Amino acid sequence: MTGPGRVLVANRGEIAVRIIRACHAAGVEAVAVYSDADKNSRWVQLAEHAVHIGASPASKSYLDVDALLEAASSTHADAVHPGYGFLSENSRFARAVQDAGLVLIGPPASAIELMGDKATARATAQAAGVPVVPGSAPVTDLAAAQAAADELGYPVLVKAAAGGGGRGIRPVSSAAELADVLPAAQAEARSAFGDGTSYLERALPRPRHIEVQLLADDHGNVVHLFERDCSVQRRRQKLLEEAPAPGLHEETRQRIGEAAVRLARHVGYRNAGTVEFLVDEDQCFYFMEMNTRIQVEHPVSEAISGVDLVAEQLRIAAGKPISFTQDELVRTGAAIELRINAEDPDNGFAPSPGEVTAFDLPGGPGVRVDTGLARGDRISPFYDSMIAKLICWGADRDQAYSRAEQALREFRIEGVANTIPLHSRLVGNDKLRSGPVHTTWLEEQLE
Amino acid sequence: MSTVNATLPGVFYRRPSPEQDPFVEEGAVVQQGQTIALIEVMKTFSEIKAEQAGTIGRFLLEEGDEVEAGQGVVEVVSP
Repeated sequence: MTGPGRVLVANRGEIAVRIIRACHAAGVEAVAVYSDADKNSRWVQLAEHAVHIGASPASKSYLDVDALLEAASSTHADAVHPGYGFLSENSRFARAVQDAGLVLIGPPASAIELMGDKATARATAQAAGVPVVPGSAPVTDLAAAQAAADELGYPVLVKAAAGGGGRGIRPVSSAAELADVLPAAQAEARSAFGDGTSYLERALPRPRHIEVQLLADDHGNVVHLFERDCSVQRRRQKLLEEAPAPGLHEETRQRIGEAAVRLARHVGYRNAGTVEFLVDEDQCFYFMEMNTRIQVEHPVSEAISGVDLVAEQLRIAAGKPISFTQDELVRTGAAIELRINAEDPDNGFAPSPGEVTAFDLPGGPGVRVDTGLARGDRISPFYDSMIAKLICWGADRDQAYSRAEQALREFRIEGVANTIPLHSRLVGNDKLRSGPVHTTWLEEQLE
Repeated sequence: MSTVNATLPGVFYRRPSPEQDPFVEEGAVVQQGQTIALIEVMKTFSEIKAEQAGTIGRFLLEEGDEVEAGQGVVEVVSP
């Protein structure tokens, strides 16, 4: 099979730019899409072709399956890269792309379905011999929920089966609280995900979020590109990611990578994906969920492995084998990624849309900036708040952090409030610099 | 009669979620501080509340419309 000759990039912002770059490096043409708000964007300028797909709200453009397929058809694209967010984990979109005779640069729809429902994903992980956090079957009524919670022991988390990405999760510390929370959680899950099914999990004390980057091809090869530590979060949204995970025992590192590979093999996975784990203070790890797409923080793994993950995605979609084996993969140094968002950290992280009047990017050895913005662009209120990702690599963790401190001093953004001041404090923080933190550490710091 | 304005730019919604009924219908009586609509800004939702008690007149926007900061959202008739 020859590879795709023209790829429709069904996304926007920095990941659209990232995918277009990978297409060009592979000698493949790219088709950009844009909404009203994104007419003059960087990805539109970088691509060979660009198609207007609708109005600014995502539901009328980047989530419009028909408009995207029409854009692919009118430009004679033969493959679609969904990026992350939007339709990237929508199995109906994956099927629609295949039914239109196009190659989806991602996993088969069946794998998206298996991992998309969190309760099914848990059962699948167990069947693959991957440990999961002790939890319940789906619960429909309060009596069943309370019985399950008693067996697990409080505190527990009420989770939406159809949730993901940190959404649809509510902590509960007593039976009385469960009676309050369960109906609300079910109603919320129904309205947010179209499915009110909930289940319970034991709430681990002070867990770390550690995830494993995977690639899988059509030739039976599944490799992991080590782990990332994404424990620095606010409201379950990642702000800072790094690799390797500090303080992780070599044996744990190896076992967690093997567990992720085992799960990918079990579900017949293809292309790039990430298995997310919670790791407790004894370094026991538990499956949390699998993201069946490229992730925001993929450059961290690229930095320590030297692998271009999006280039590998294109290879795999073309039916070629992954360009290296597990044994050939060498981890070098350490890397950190900072998500710079248009939010005001001094004002409750209030969204801050507006025109970016100054945009001076940092540089130097080991410094990478991924962004879809240019000076003078407007950060529109319609999409997520990300301005840029700053990725810094160093020969060791200390050098990566020091380079990040320097890069943040150079990085100048004016016109919108942003998270650079918070990141400057974070990368200079003694506790973070000296070792691992857990997933509620940042929120405790902010209080 | 007064007009309630959007304080943020974003996407305008009259319903808490697509499957649910609108917060208020035209002609309904609202109390001060009652939620009338939502504006979605960068995936976060802000409530638009009645600045004073009154009767909801005419909505100036449709569900899912783009809205600018300062733009009128709904007319409210004072009692």
